Amino acid sequence: MARSHKPVIWSLFAAGGTFSAFVTPVMILITGLAIGFGLLPAEALAYERVLAFVQHPIGKAFIFLAVFLPAWHAAHRLRITAHDFGIRADTVVMGICYSLAALATVMTVFVLLSI
Amino acid sequence: MSRKPYSRTVSTTGWWLDQPRYIRYMAREVSCVLIGAYTGVIVIGLMRLSDGPAAWAGFLEALQSPLSIYFHLLALAFALYHTTTWFNVTPKAMPVQVGETQLPGIFIIGAHYAGWVVVSAVALYLVGV
Repeated sequence: MARSHKPVIWSLFAAGGTFSAFVTPVMILITGLAIGFGLLPAEALAYERVLAFVQHPIGKAFIFLAVFLPAWHAAHRLRITAHDFGIRADTVVMGICYSLAALATVMTVFVLLSI
Repeated sequence: MSRKPYSRTVSTTGWWLDQPRYIRYMAREVSCVLIGAYTGVIVIGLMRLSDGPAAWAGFLEALQSPLSIYFHLLALAFALYHTTTWFNVTPKAMPVQVGETQLPGIFIIGAHYAGWVVVSAVALYLVGV
């Protein structure tokens, strides 16, 4: 049977979709909306507090998953959706989408290792 | 062959505007743009955090701008749509067999929603709502 990279990409898509389904809404609420709408005090995202979270091994692991999985999920779905919008240059689209996801992943790993 | 074959004229770019269910399909697919962009916001935030307190304060201030609030409202709407569409296909994506019978889909979907409520509540509790 011919080897294919599809199972890897599809597992990442599924894992990322599941992670995003469970976690992304509450993350958007916490980081983007809660303080503006008065649900959280501004201190909730204070520098020392967020830094301590990102420096903790569990925090690092969470942040890694919270970037890596949704990024690859979104990249793969965007590639497929480009086709639905009539863009047939799959090689170019694939290059752009997966490069963006790779860039986000690499930058995250870099910050997590150095912070 | 003298007959003229029938060929439908279907737009490759706007076909999905034809029917509500195609529009719902595309809304589900386009959720990835918002989820991807939000992931980018997280990466930027991480980099600002590693640049020190002043950079982080600037990032927090930018998060409170009207543009940022509108973006996050839109992102939340699409993220919630992603969540519901993702959970609603779980009985097809991973059917559960109990003995000889299939577990009804409503239980599989319900378990996902219950887990989602717990995850969201725990996250909000840990952050300090």
